Amino acid sequence: MDAITLTTLLATLDATLRVSTPLILCAMAGLFSERSGIVDISLEGKMLSAAFAAGTLAAITGSPWVALLGAIIVSIGLALVHGFACITHRGDQVVSGLAINVLASGLTIVLGIAWFSQGGQTPALASEARFMPLELPLSSSIANVPVIGQFFDTVINGHNLLVYIALLAVPATWWVVYRTRFGLRLRAVGENPLAVDTTGISVSRLRYFSVMICGALCGVAGAYLAIAQNAAFSREMTAGQGYIALAAMIFGKWRPMPALLACLMFGFLDAVSIRLQGIVLPVIGEVPVQLIQALPYILTVVLLAGFIGRAIAPKAVGIPFTKER
Amino acid sequence: MTADRRTQEGGSLPPAIELRKISKRFGNVQANQDIDLRVESGTIHGIVGENGAGKSTLMSILYGFYQADSGNILINGHTRKIKSSREAIEAGIGMVHQHFMLVDTFTVLENVMLGAEQSHLLKTSGAHARDALRHLADEYELKVPLDTLIGDLPVGQQQRTEILKALYRNADILILDEPTGVLTPQEADQLFRVLQVLKERGVTIILITHKLREIMDITDNVSVLRLGKIVSTQRTADTDMATLAELMVGRKLVTQSFDKVSNADADTGISVRNVTVTDERGLNRLNNISFDVRRGEIVGIAGVAGNGQSTLLELLSGIKSPSTGEFTINNHVVSTDAALDPARMRDIGVQHVPEDRLRLGLVKAFSAAESSLLGYHTKPAFNWRMFLKASTIREACKRLMVAFDVRPPDPKLKSASFSGGNQQKLILARELDKAPSVLLVGQPTRGVDIGAIELIHRKIVEMRDNGCAVLLVSVELDEIMALSDRILVMYEGQVVGSMHGSEADKTTLGLMMANALDQVA
Repeated sequence: MDAITLTTLLATLDATLRVSTPLILCAMAGLFSERSGIVDISLEGKMLSAAFAAGTLAAITGSPWVALLGAIIVSIGLALVHGFACITHRGDQVVSGLAINVLASGLTIVLGIAWFSQGGQTPALASEARFMPLELPLSSSIANVPVIGQFFDTVINGHNLLVYIALLAVPATWWVVYRTRFGLRLRAVGENPLAVDTTGISVSRLRYFSVMICGALCGVAGAYLAIAQNAAFSREMTAGQGYIALAAMIFGKWRPMPALLACLMFGFLDAVSIRLQGIVLPVIGEVPVQLIQALPYILTVVLLAGFIGRAIAPKAVGIPFTKER
Repeated sequence: MTADRRTQEGGSLPPAIELRKISKRFGNVQANQDIDLRVESGTIHGIVGENGAGKSTLMSILYGFYQADSGNILINGHTRKIKSSREAIEAGIGMVHQHFMLVDTFTVLENVMLGAEQSHLLKTSGAHARDALRHLADEYELKVPLDTLIGDLPVGQQQRTEILKALYRNADILILDEPTGVLTPQEADQLFRVLQVLKERGVTIILITHKLREIMDITDNVSVLRLGKIVSTQRTADTDMATLAELMVGRKLVTQSFDKVSNADADTGISVRNVTVTDERGLNRLNNISFDVRRGEIVGIAGVAGNGQSTLLELLSGIKSPSTGEFTINNHVVSTDAALDPARMRDIGVQHVPEDRLRLGLVKAFSAAESSLLGYHTKPAFNWRMFLKASTIREACKRLMVAFDVRPPDPKLKSASFSGGNQQKLILARELDKAPSVLLVGQPTRGVDIGAIELIHRKIVEMRDNGCAVLLVSVELDEIMALSDRILVMYEGQVVGSMHGSEADKTTLGLMMANALDQVA
C-alpha cells in the first residue's frame, strides 16, 4: 500500500474515533433507556445541556473533573424529568423527549448569552480546564512497527480520556445487560413489564434507574463535546448527533456491539465527508460540501428505511406501564 | 390471634388461607363484599362465578395487586398484610395468571429466575436455578426444557414454567386463574395430573374457573361467588354441576339441547376449494383448505386457538383474500383476482360476528347506537344528504336492544360500559337483524355470562332453522358440540378431521385438535 494513502486512511480512522465518541456514549445511553421500555429522543437535549454545563463549569472552576461531574448531574436531572413524565405520570414518551430537546436548545442559548455575553458561547478554555490527549505507554516505542505500530500510534493513541471511556462503555454495557441480574430485569421490563411486576419487583424503580444511567452517559457525551473535543460550548453544538446515536442504536437492534459498529460507521462517514470537501471527482466535478455533509443523514434514512431488515424493538417500548388489569 | 384449629377435613393444620370479611369497592361498584373463605391446607379448592362476580378481584387482593378496603387475610393461621406481589410471594403464595406473565424472548431458566436471582451475576444465579429446577422436576414430575425460548414452547409448557416459577419461590399455595382456557383437553388432563401430584406433596391449590366440569373432576371443595359475595362453600362431592350453575347465576337454568340436522339443504352457502392464505412473513395461515357449509346447517370449527381459525373467518368475511384457490360464498365466487371487501360481503348477505368484539366488533368509545350502526352507516335509511339521522339510528338501536335483551337498553350509553355479554348481544343483534343467508360467528360466548349464553345460542340456532348457512368458530368444545351439526377440526391451517355433531365425543375431538389421532389409533 502506498505510504500516503495509508497515512490518509489512518488519519481518517483517527478522526472517526473522535467524532464517534459522543455517538457511542449516547447510543449506549439510549440502549439502557429503551431496553427498559422508555423511548428516549431526548438524548440530544440531555447531551446539549450537559455540554453547556461542562463548558460553563470548566470556564468558572478551571477543573475538567468538576465540569464532567456537573454535566453528568445536569443530564441525570433532565433524565429524571423525562422519567417523572413518562414513568410516574405515564405521559407520552416522544412528547416528553421533544419537550426536553426544545427546552435544552432554548435554555442553553438564553443562559449562555445572559452569563457570558458571547452570543451563546461559553468562554474559550485553557488546556488545564479540558481533557487533553493522552500518550499511551509503549505507543512511541512501537510507532515504527509498520502498519500495526502505526495504527496503534495514530488511531488508538493520543485521544483524551473520554474517548477511551466511550470505548470501554460498550463492553461494560454488554456485560451489564447480558451478564447481571440488573440486566436480566432491564431486558424483561422492556419486553413484558407485567411479568416483572408479578415477581414483586418495582417496574418504576427499574425504569428510573435505567433512565438515570442513560442520563449519566449523555452527560459524559456532552462534556466530551464542550471540554474535550472542543474548547468551549457553542450554541446547538450537538447538531443532531443525539438523533444519529438513536438511529445507530436502532440500527444495531438494541444491542451494544452492533450499535458500536453503527456509530463507527456514521463516524467514519462524517470523517470522510470532511476529507472529501473540495475534492474534484471525475465526471461529477466538485462535490458540493452540503451534499457531503448531508451524507450521514441520507444514509441513516436509507439504511433505516430498508437495509437493516425489520428491527425488532423491545415489545413494551413506548407503552406506559399501568398496573390495573 | 389464635389460629382456628378446627378443620372440616379432620386434620390438625390451620387453613392455608382464611379470608375474613374482605370487602373492596371500585368507585360505585362493590367488587367484593364481606368475603369469608377458608381454604384447607393441602386441598384443591375451586372458585366459580360468572364474569364480573369478583373472582379476579379477590385473587388480586390475595396476590397483593389490590388492597382490601376492610377485612383480614390469614395465611397458615397467621394474619398477614399483603401489600405487594413481593409480600404475597414471601407469604408462600404463587399465582399462575390467565395470561402468562412470561417474557417470550427469555429462556425458561431466565423466566424462572427473573426476580428471584440468587446473586448479582447471572452465571451463579443460573446455576442455582438450574439445580433447583432439576430437583423440582423430579419431585413434581414437571419437566420443561430449560434452555428453550418461551416463545418457542407450546402453551402447556409455558404454563408449566409458570408453575415452576411459583415453586422455585417456595410457594406452598398455588392460585390458578382459568388455567385450561388455552389448553387442549389432553393438555388440561396433564395439568390436572400435575395438580394432583402437587396436592399429594402438600401444596394447597386454588382453582378459578368457569368450567364446572373441571370443578367436579378435580376439586375437594368449591366456593361460588355471585355479585361480589360468596353464596356457597361446600364439599365438591356433596354437590353437582346443575346446583353450582344455579348458584352462579342465581336462578334456575333451562338446560338447552338443540336438535341436530343431518339432512341439511343440498344447496351450499359456503364452498371453499383448495384455499391457501399466506401472511406477510410467508407462513401459510391456511394451507390448501377445502370444505362446504350447506344452507340450514351449523358447521363448527374446533381447534386450539391459533391454528388458522381466525384467518378462516377473516378470509370468508372479506378481510383477507385467498393467496391461491377460490371459494364460493352465497353464490359469489371469490379468488385472488376477484376479491370482495367486507362491505361487499355484507351487501351480498354474508354477516360476520367477529371473534374479538373489542377490536373488530365495536368501537369502545362509541355509544351503543353508533356501534350498532357500524358497517351499515352508508345505508340510505340512516342518512340525510350529509348528516346521519341520529334519532332514527337511536330508535333502530333501541329496537335491537329489546329484541336481543341487551341490558341496560340505553342507546346513548358508551359501548365500553356494557358487560361483555351485552356487547356481544348488541353485535349479534346488529348482524342477525340483516337476515343473513351466510352467518360467520367467532367465539360468540367468550367472556360472556351463562345467562347470556342461552340467548346467543338460541339465536344462532334460529338462524340455522331459517335456512342460513352458519360457520361457528369457537375454542370452547362444549359450545361446538352443543350447536354444531357438523364439526371440522383445524390444526396448523388445515382441516384434519370432521365428525357429525350427533356422534361427536370429546376425546376424539381433543386428539384431532392435537393432530394425534393417528398415533393413538
